[in-house]
Amino acid sequence: MSEALYYKTIGELNGLMDSGEISSVELMQSVVDRTQSVEERVCAFNSFDAEGALAQAAESDKRRAAGETRGPLDGIPVGIKDVLAVKDQPLTCSSKILADFISPYDATCIQNLKQAGAILWGRLNMDEFAMGSSTENSSTKTTSNPWNLDCVPGGSSGGSAAAVAAGEAIVSLGSDTGGSIRQPASHCGIVGLKPTYGRVSRYGLAAFASSLDQVGPMGRNVADVAHLLQAISGHDRRDSTSFKIDVPDFAAAIESFPGKQWTFGLPKEYFENAESAASLKAVEEAIEFYKGLGCAFKEISLPHTEYAVATYYIVATAEASSNLARYDGIRYTRRAESFDGKDSVDIYHQSRAEGFGEEVKRRVILGTYVLSSGYYDAYYLKAQKARTLIRQDFENAFAEVDAILAPTSPNPAFKKGALTEDPLSMYLSDIYTISANLAGIPGMSLPCGYSDGLPVGLQILGKPFHETDLLSIGHTFEAAHEYSREHPDL
Amino acid sequence: MSDTPHIDIEKVANLARIALTEEEKATFSSQLDSILGYIDKLNELDTSNVEPTAHPHSVENVWRDDQAESELPTSEALKNAPKERQNMVVVPKVVE
Repeated sequence: MSEALYYKTIGELNGLMDSGEISSVELMQSVVDRTQSVEERVCAFNSFDAEGALAQAAESDKRRAAGETRGPLDGIPVGIKDVLAVKDQPLTCSSKILADFISPYDATCIQNLKQAGAILWGRLNMDEFAMGSSTENSSTKTTSNPWNLDCVPGGSSGGSAAAVAAGEAIVSLGSDTGGSIRQPASHCGIVGLKPTYGRVSRYGLAAFASSLDQVGPMGRNVADVAHLLQAISGHDRRDSTSFKIDVPDFAAAIESFPGKQWTFGLPKEYFENAESAASLKAVEEAIEFYKGLGCAFKEISLPHTEYAVATYYIVATAEASSNLARYDGIRYTRRAESFDGKDSVDIYHQSRAEGFGEEVKRRVILGTYVLSSGYYDAYYLKAQKARTLIRQDFENAFAEVDAILAPTSPNPAFKKGALTEDPLSMYLSDIYTISANLAGIPGMSLPCGYSDGLPVGLQILGKPFHETDLLSIGHTFEAAHEYSREHPDL
Repeated sequence: MSDTPHIDIEKVANLARIALTEEEKATFSSQLDSILGYIDKLNELDTSNVEPTAHPHSVENVWRDDQAESELPTSEALKNAPKERQNMVVVPKVVE
């Protein structure tokens, strides 16, 4: 295999490091060099510390030499979305209001990665506070899609997806509130998995919408994603919504597809009006692949699909308006220089006016409105009830099928600037991903082809806490195709 | 959709503690009205006998032992304060 180190799989890299052919320092240096050569075009990172990463790699090499290596992630560079707290590193959420913030502690998933020996590598760009579908709502820079630099990488975890696709990280962490892992993974031709709500601790994840947010892994192949998911999963007493449930062996589970008679559901609401969706052809070819393996298919109905976007934009903005109240210019954010000295509340008004970007202001105002006196029942309570109906749609479907197959996004990556003036159209492009967050179920996007040279993702939705199903279904497709070995021409 | 704006933008911006420019007020009013017009779709649903969902998998009564633990030292917790003195956050005078 002649592939560069920065495009190898975690399995291959472990083989090379175990046999002494390469060191983690050499691997890290390869990723640093690659980043320095392509980052000017891709713009995936808000910041990185090459020296610090190389020092972590040297520690990993020492452990390996002493026979104390900590598992498959030891010595592997993992890119971190700039929404997760890493002690003594910046945490900006790509927002001006947090431009000077240095994390005083580690998120639980970061502690877990440190225990696994992973190299924490860089802070990856995102839509400000994870609000967006294109990473254009970042106050720091606009990330490019490595497959076509004129296009967006998707969002909100656009930096996490672009860095992995471009070889600037081996794997990365993202967060997914309405599709923010799966949609950019789809647009950048990589694998992205949103775990079941409660599978991964949210402690140390800057909150957007607490009942929807979930941290998850992104990588160039299913096995890499399984390794990363393994390291971050599990109950955490610091997150009361994390679930006390056993964590299976995800890496082993990817081989468990054969020997089971699978039944897959195709939601008619996702396919019936999708003729114009450019992603459809590649997704239908993937469906044919599974039919060829003898899997059963059933048309299912998720009758409340058409209400999902409306429900989501009430629940998510309401929770965001509450969560983002903490960014007040008083305790730990940038404080506006000028405010009405007679009115201390004006510090809030001015600091938030200066510190928040347009989309964040829009959503905080919408969320404040739907929670305000006289509107709570009409909007927020109504949306919570609609959420129940959407959740029940999936419960009914999963009584009949093992998993649901669908496109991740109606279309591949769009041109930069194409939707920035029209927030509602941008919101509607999340139609296939947001229901999984409302229902709390796991979902994965897997590369399944191209449309006009841009990657297309197949989305696999599973039963709660059945991430193993998604991984094994995805791995079977991946192993029969070359997509995980195809990289953008940079 | 009716012709009257849904949102009293001045009032809501004040509740949200965000000072908006006149231009932002105009843009957000019209964009939020079109988003709210779309959201009104939910009124088609009969939810009279539906329980609301606050969390996807409800976890009830999560207890822990009531034991004090040493978490962040004060100096660390205040490291990011815009103004800090003697282990306190400095704010302008709020009482006359």
